[in-house]
Amino acid sequence: MGTIWVHAETNNGTVSTITLELLAKARELGDVVAVHAGGDAEQVAAELGEHGAGKVLSTGDLDGGLPGPALGSALADLAASEAPQAILFGTTYGGRDVAGRLSAKLDAPVITNIVDIVDSDGLVGIEPVFGGTTNVNTKFTGSKPGIFLVRPKSFNAEPTGGSPAEVGALTVPELGATGSAKVVSQFVEESDGPKLDEAGVVVSGGRGLGEADKYHMIEDLAKKLGGAAGASRAIVDAGWVPYSYQVGQTGKVVKPDVYIAAGISGATQHMVGMKGSKTIIAINKDPEAPIFSIADLGIIGDVHKVLPALIAALGE
Amino acid sequence: MKVAVCVKQIPDPADPGEIDPNTKTLKRDTKLILDESDSYGVEMALQLVGDDGEVVLVSMVPNNERNGLNNALAMGAHSALLVSDDALSGSDALGTAKVLAAAIKRVGADLVLAATESSDGYTGTVPEQVAELLGLPSVTFAKEVSVDGGNVAVKRQTEDGYDEVTCPLPALVSVTAGVVEPRYPSFKGIMAAKSKPVEELGLADLGIDAASVGWAGGGQEIVSIEPAPAREAGEIIEDEGDGHERIVAFLQELKVI
Ligand SMILES: Cc1cc2nc3c(=O)[nH]c(=O)nc-3n(C[C@H](O)[C@H](O)[C@H](O)COP(=O)(O)OP(=O)(O)OC[C@H]3O[C@@H](n4cnc5c(N)ncnc54)[C@H](O)[C@@H]3O)c2cc1C
Ligand SMILES: Nc1ncnc2c1ncn2[C@@H]1O[C@H](COP(=O)(O)O)[C@@H](O)[C@H]1O
Repeated sequence: MGTIWVHAETNNGTVSTITLELLAKARELGDVVAVHAGGDAEQVAAELGEHGAGKVLSTGDLDGGLPGPALGSALADLAASEAPQAILFGTTYGGRDVAGRLSAKLDAPVITNIVDIVDSDGLVGIEPVFGGTTNVNTKFTGSKPGIFLVRPKSFNAEPTGGSPAEVGALTVPELGATGSAKVVSQFVEESDGPKLDEAGVVVSGGRGLGEADKYHMIEDLAKKLGGAAGASRAIVDAGWVPYSYQVGQTGKVVKPDVYIAAGISGATQHMVGMKGSKTIIAINKDPEAPIFSIADLGIIGDVHKVLPALIAALGE
Repeated sequence: MKVAVCVKQIPDPADPGEIDPNTKTLKRDTKLILDESDSYGVEMALQLVGDDGEVVLVSMVPNNERNGLNNALAMGAHSALLVSDDALSGSDALGTAKVLAAAIKRVGADLVLAATESSDGYTGTVPEQVAELLGLPSVTFAKEVSVDGGNVAVKRQTEDGYDEVTCPLPALVSVTAGVVEPRYPSFKGIMAAKSKPVEELGLADLGIDAASVGWAGGGQEIVSIEPAPAREAGEIIEDEGDGHERIVAFLQELKVI
């Protein structure tokens, strides 16, 4: 088995969930080295080790620089001597940037939107297309490391009880102009309740709600069920709710135990973000709405009748 | 200021087409349209340059198709560079980026705009690859962009909010949907678009080796295309005033309540 590098992303000293998901897959495929930009690698070495990384290589603090050029260049240099079999990135803001920069540096392709990787005489990435009805299986040719961009929630994060990862340094070469973008300040948009991509129950609303003022029904129901409120892009673009609520291809991928879609048609781009939910309940007045094709329970009805009755029935 | 905007022309997403099993590429029989994702970049560029700047479009497309480009010109962009070449068939994101980077170099822009991801390819890697090939700094996922002197300031979307990022020009910025509200082309704009300069180029004009792009330069191969496992059909019922009760019963069964 070869060596698999995994892009480790961290937030305030904890490893992000997508990284733990990638580690779960990577350790099936080979020896795992976590590669990390910014922050203190010592702080996360134990958690990375517990999830199967033998080593973590870190650039250390980037001093406001973005991870794309810094980590991309560092990895390109190291890949030349270490020749990992594959480098796995999550489809995240940072992951995409690093993978893109690295790809251009190495003159090697990236296989994107992957939901699984299988070893079949070389690593094969599986990409769902046409709203998840078809899978395209792609393999790298040539001898360069395979760069994969993997969708969140593709694998289950699970600790294996390994010892802390050995910490090493990753050298960032002189970046010149490419390194000149700097983060000057950071803003966190607080929301209460569980996070959309971690909640056990997600209730999402779409254009079928009719107007922004009706979105509170989605929030009320989510609250009653201890879940998070989400949205289709139609109502995000319309300004009813912030972008952080968006579920789908260009929003969040969610995989709750229960997903309730109210007044959402079920466009391909929405479905790729919630199709993996364990059970799906849809409320839509149009019996032909595509969302019903993937619903475990579909109610053909008016959200303005079903939702208030449901909220009332759930009591206090 | 001169802004180059990458605009992709794509089959109408409302009519998704299919993969040709022989060539393993997307069949493109219909007229191509401007990718909606790129209409935001075009609008952003128009607003940033104001009255005395220039917006140049860059598009790589089969057969010199320009229907989508015309739309962006009608919005107000000044000129366009259109790259087509038979050798580009099967180009992946990196191959596309090589072509766009060469075209942008020819244009010589202060700022390059692209969308964070296209509607049909959605690899989301092309802009960052273009930036690297041009040796430019970049800021992806912009939800607000302003230019002040020699710098671009960007509010960049993050997992839990946004970062304020500044970057000296020349630079590349990729914008999200909603960064600005794209205008509809006016009748005057549509008429004016017809006489705007569109330069048509092939690979040789850009000095690109055909072996480094297209299927030949891809470095990857599709090994198979298969139907994905389908979800089992569920129970669909008509609400007759009892829809909510069915949901409550279902949630109880699932032990959610
Ligand atoms: C590149 C790209 C990326 C995209 N990314 C995303 C994404 O990440 N997430 C996303 O969601 N979309 C995304 N979209 C948009 C997507 O294609 C759809 O336009 C969007 O999901 C539609 O939202 P909707 O279902 O709320 O609205 P509509 O499609 O308008 O559906 C509204 C539904 O409500 C029903 N309805 C109306 N009134 C009632 C009522 N009183 N009671 C019950 N039902 C009612 C209607 O029957 C209809 O089915 C993307 C599109 C593109 C091109
Ligand atoms: N063929 C193309 N011509 C012009 N711009 C493109 C092309 N392909 C990609 N782009 C740009 O890169 C962005 C991201 O594309 P992608 O990486 O395919 O998701 C697009 O939204 C465009 O701005």
